Amino acid sequence: MSRITRSLSELFGNDPQRPVPTDYTPEAKELHAFQRTDVETKKRVDGIKVELAEKHAHPPLEKLRLKRWAVLIFVNLLFVLSFYLDIQLLEGALTASRFVGFHMADLNSALQVMLAFKHVVLNLLIGTVTVFIAWWLLGGRTFCSWVCPYHLLAEWTEILHLKLAEKNIVSDHPFDRRARTWFWVIFAVLALVTGYTVYETISPTGILSRALIYGPGLALLWVALLLLFEVFYSRRAWCRYACPIGLTYGIVGTTSPLIVQYELSSCFHEGECRKVCLVPHVLDTVIKGKARDTEVEIGADCTRCGRCVDSCPTSSLMFKFKGLGNLL
Amino acid sequence: MKKTGTKKKPMTLKVRRKFIRTLVMGAGLIGTSLLGFIPVLGRWKERVRPPGALKEQPFLASCIKCGQCVQVCPVNAIKLAELDEGFGIGSPYIDTRAQSCDFSCDGLQCVLACPTGALTHELNYPHETDMGIAKVVRQESCLAVQGKGFKGQARGPGYDGLLRYDEIDRWNPILVRDHPYDVELCDLCVRQCPIEIRANQCDTGKPPSGDENQCPPKRAIRLVQIDSTDGVRRMRPEILDGCVGCGVCDMICPVEPSVFEVDVTESRGWAA
Repeated sequence: MSRITRSLSELFGNDPQRPVPTDYTPEAKELHAFQRTDVETKKRVDGIKVELAEKHAHPPLEKLRLKRWAVLIFVNLLFVLSFYLDIQLLEGALTASRFVGFHMADLNSALQVMLAFKHVVLNLLIGTVTVFIAWWLLGGRTFCSWVCPYHLLAEWTEILHLKLAEKNIVSDHPFDRRARTWFWVIFAVLALVTGYTVYETISPTGILSRALIYGPGLALLWVALLLLFEVFYSRRAWCRYACPIGLTYGIVGTTSPLIVQYELSSCFHEGECRKVCLVPHVLDTVIKGKARDTEVEIGADCTRCGRCVDSCPTSSLMFKFKGLGNLL
Repeated sequence: MKKTGTKKKPMTLKVRRKFIRTLVMGAGLIGTSLLGFIPVLGRWKERVRPPGALKEQPFLASCIKCGQCVQVCPVNAIKLAELDEGFGIGSPYIDTRAQSCDFSCDGLQCVLACPTGALTHELNYPHETDMGIAKVVRQESCLAVQGKGFKGQARGPGYDGLLRYDEIDRWNPILVRDHPYDVELCDLCVRQCPIEIRANQCDTGKPPSGDENQCPPKRAIRLVQIDSTDGVRRMRPEILDGCVGCGVCDMICPVEPSVFEVDVTESRGWAA
């Protein structure tokens, strides 16, 4: 299976495939063998001890996360201020907008409209193509973690969920990740068959974006319900198992040049990255012995949030723009 | 040595639970989203849609719920629907009594702003719109019917609706409360009707922006003399074929509740 097929398969909800011996490059094989030697194992175990002590003494500040939150708030604020100050910089909402006059359309919203309406006017096409290219360049699901307002709220309530889980007050009930693919298909079919943009009715992204720009309303209750569900029942459930917008952008980002790249040689396999990741299946490769190559591109479901980059004690995960070298 | 007969691993309790949980969650979510059908099919709310809106079904299908039309409206006439309107959530409507569209942008900015064609680009002038048709629903409470005039702020001091008064400021709408009236027989509905205003300008040889195309081909509203036996001059409003359903008559009507209602059911909207 090629990297792209594997990436899509994981995106659609299948469990990561265990590498077979022929999957490994000779370099990776050699490196895995080297890491298994007693000397290296001891070095790694000692290294992890030092790291954990260090982490305990100085809990690291997640710099990238704070920057990302700032970007997310800034983008959403741009919509709000553009309207309130009437500066016509970024008009509309996240579903569709105009950036200094240029049409932009959320790919999933545009898809729902196209399927329900069965006509595509030129402006919508322009907006859709523009956004497609932009998010392809930027990594697809980058939209989720860097722009979507629901993501930010869900991150905050996730902190609460984790605190409660630590005290054994709540526990995480995972769902089958294939559900999201089914939702995507069902909502597409519903739009086509009913002639209504059914998904928009429950889209927390659209609801929140409009609430920020045009004022709060009843629909926020639905968003609150989703957040409560995530706090008390299932960690990050919406983004992980339900949101068709995330899947749409995931597909767009499958071949994106902006990726997180894994470097096997420096990795201690401590698993800090998988603990913070929204979509830990994309980090399956960091488990000891699983990397197929010495450098591995993280798959399409990755939201490029950078929490793994922040949390990796050995800087084995880095942002990369293919063709431009390491970014961060 | 390999065990024989290791076909498929039996579903563990954990996996089965997860599977059932996912099915329940899936059904719940799809079910919840389909609740949006109820207000739409039940026609809970008959909304006046912005100028150029397609017929209700294609309108809701094509509207991407972005509110760009809201942002460009100079009189803030357009509001976005709430969750209680189901699939109509986030779609634009006009509460004509609160603030109607008086076409003070002239160029139909909302139509130009619409990215999906939910507001059709096939119209250029106010008189081409079809938001509905005004109906006289409470003729008995009409001041003109009672033979009364009107003096003061049309909707009182607390009303913050806007209208454009050409003679005061051609370019900026002002607060209705800042423009008191003093008329012997109330004719505010006719006086403020955007179609009538344009038709009158054209009749005097001064079409809006000097553009003949802006001239409405038909009149929209007039006052008709009522035969009265008591010697009091009474008139009643009559809606004409040129009415586009903008609802300014409903908005400006000084009596509470208003004499008018905009009926959106009668073949309102553009074919997709």
